[in-house]
Amino acid sequence: MFIETAKLAWRAISRNILRSFLTVLGVVIGVAAVIAMVTIGNGTTAQVKTELQRLGTNTLFLRPGQWGPGRASTEAKRFDDKDVEAIRDQISGLRAVAPINRGTATAVAGGQNHSTSAIGTTNDYLIAQDWDLVSGREFLPAEERGQAACIIGETLRKELFGSADPVGQTIRLSNVSCPVVGLLAAKGQSGMGDDQDDTVLMPLKLHQRRIGGTTTISSIVLSAHDGVSTSRVQSDVESLLRERRRIGIGREDDFSVNDMSQIASTMTGTTMLLTGLLGAVAAVSLLVGGIGIMNIMLVSVTERTREIGIRLAIGALENQVLTQFLVEAVMLSIFGGVTGILTGLLLAYGVVTFLGVPFVTSPVIIFVAFAFSAAIGMIFGYFPARRAAQLNPIEALRHE
Amino acid sequence: MQAPLIEFRQVSKFYGRGEATIRALDHVDLSISRGEFVSIMGPSGSGKSTCMNIIGGLDVPSAGEYLFQGIPTGGFSRTQLTLLRRHMLGFVFQGFNLLARTSAVENVELPLTYRGMDARERRRLAMAALEQVGLKGREDHTTQELSGGQQQRVAIARAIVTDPAVLLADEPTGNLDTRTSTEIMQLISHLNNERGITVIMVTHEEDIAAYGQRLLRFVDGRLTSDEIRQKEVEIVH
Repeated sequence: MFIETAKLAWRAISRNILRSFLTVLGVVIGVAAVIAMVTIGNGTTAQVKTELQRLGTNTLFLRPGQWGPGRASTEAKRFDDKDVEAIRDQISGLRAVAPINRGTATAVAGGQNHSTSAIGTTNDYLIAQDWDLVSGREFLPAEERGQAACIIGETLRKELFGSADPVGQTIRLSNVSCPVVGLLAAKGQSGMGDDQDDTVLMPLKLHQRRIGGTTTISSIVLSAHDGVSTSRVQSDVESLLRERRRIGIGREDDFSVNDMSQIASTMTGTTMLLTGLLGAVAAVSLLVGGIGIMNIMLVSVTERTREIGIRLAIGALENQVLTQFLVEAVMLSIFGGVTGILTGLLLAYGVVTFLGVPFVTSPVIIFVAFAFSAAIGMIFGYFPARRAAQLNPIEALRHE
Repeated sequence: MQAPLIEFRQVSKFYGRGEATIRALDHVDLSISRGEFVSIMGPSGSGKSTCMNIIGGLDVPSAGEYLFQGIPTGGFSRTQLTLLRRHMLGFVFQGFNLLARTSAVENVELPLTYRGMDARERRRLAMAALEQVGLKGREDHTTQELSGGQQQRVAIARAIVTDPAVLLADEPTGNLDTRTSTEIMQLISHLNNERGITVIMVTHEEDIAAYGQRLLRFVDGRLTSDEIRQKEVEIVH
């Protein structure tokens, strides 16, 4: 009996395939959006995780203000040279303490110019962030005290010098002539999709004077020796800075010290927030899709009034007619769901290939999308199906 | 004594209410036995269709009692009325009422499908019914590919495939030309004579009504005449 009903439903759907497709378009779009989003999200999360693992878990980031989802603050007092020195002198087990000031600068050389990310730091940055030099050298002590010099990334080299060796050349960075003293090894894209090689490193002092226009430091990256407990370092740094910043007992820190896993969870949190938001959009789309199905099923019931009358007259029970129309609606929405799943996966595959992140499908979300689309058909198909089942056979037979 | 197959006791049917009330049937008493061929005539609005609908379980009386095989149907639910139709009655309509874009044999199988019969048995019975109405070889033609007379034959096959006690025909020749009408009426008479199926037929044509052995006339919801005219069947033939 069920196979009969399914056959009947399929026949009704295939009789007007274009209309059936347009009917379920809402469901297709909704499901495709969810699937694509989740798959892309999974891919980038996986990418970020791998990257963080590669960087190691012995790195700590120090920022003013509290850091977490929705509470990144720039109000808090920034750091200065003395903070960096104090950490270096008083905290044991550290292999690098690098101040970081970020800014944007236009780099000009030989008639080419390129806007890039300019980082003011010290040689410790190369250790802490695991950068290798493919040619040239680190900053000299005189340069670390503020003499002009820069180390450039692979992307910037390509933009300004093509394939030539940039070491020994001079570039202008925000109207400062900087001799290029080193070239960084290429790292590629970060987990968040930006090009890590599109950068120029400058001595902190020079950056502060010419780009930041400040004497403060916006963040500090710490790297502990292998085998040193990062949580011990973390709490040492916290108490040191609370003392230095004169934070009374019981008051909250106005800075934060995070290791990579905490930053990773922050980023994952952001991704999840985004996923939730887009999920809500998708839910609205599914709702609209469901209403579309209800609408077309009502039309179908009206069109087929006579057929329903015949069926009722020759011995179809109300339930049998109800089931027939319900199965039809569910079948429609499942077709929409399956089409949506395939479209979403295809879309996600294209995007992750473009971003260069892994393609990670989630069987759970595919199953949920499938079940959800079936439920949509069930819910929105019920009302038209009940209307069909409750038709008066005499009037239905008279219907033209 | 065996109860009549169909019995009306003071059956009335009203539509609307108050001043606008229409009495479609007005205290009708009627009794039809197994094997009869009953023709029902009357001007439109006389109540003959309402009478058929009540016999067919498609409508229920406003007052009075309709008994099927001696069982009062007054308390029947919609489901019970459907089961009565499914197991006891076969319908033939003026407009054929076949499913469009569906083959003849599938149309005939339809009532068996709702009984939950398995596909092979269904097909066998449907083929046999089509053969009985003279449509052997046209089983796979869709509704649109058949002439009016052939469509009505499919409808008759669909009505008898369940081996019903009663065949209810509502102006079965209303959409057909004279020659085809004669063929259809001969088929119905044959089913009545050979298989003993009780036939109740509404028509407004005297010569079609003459195929019946008994003629009921309705006027304004009342049963005004009830004649047995057994011999006329022979005369018409």
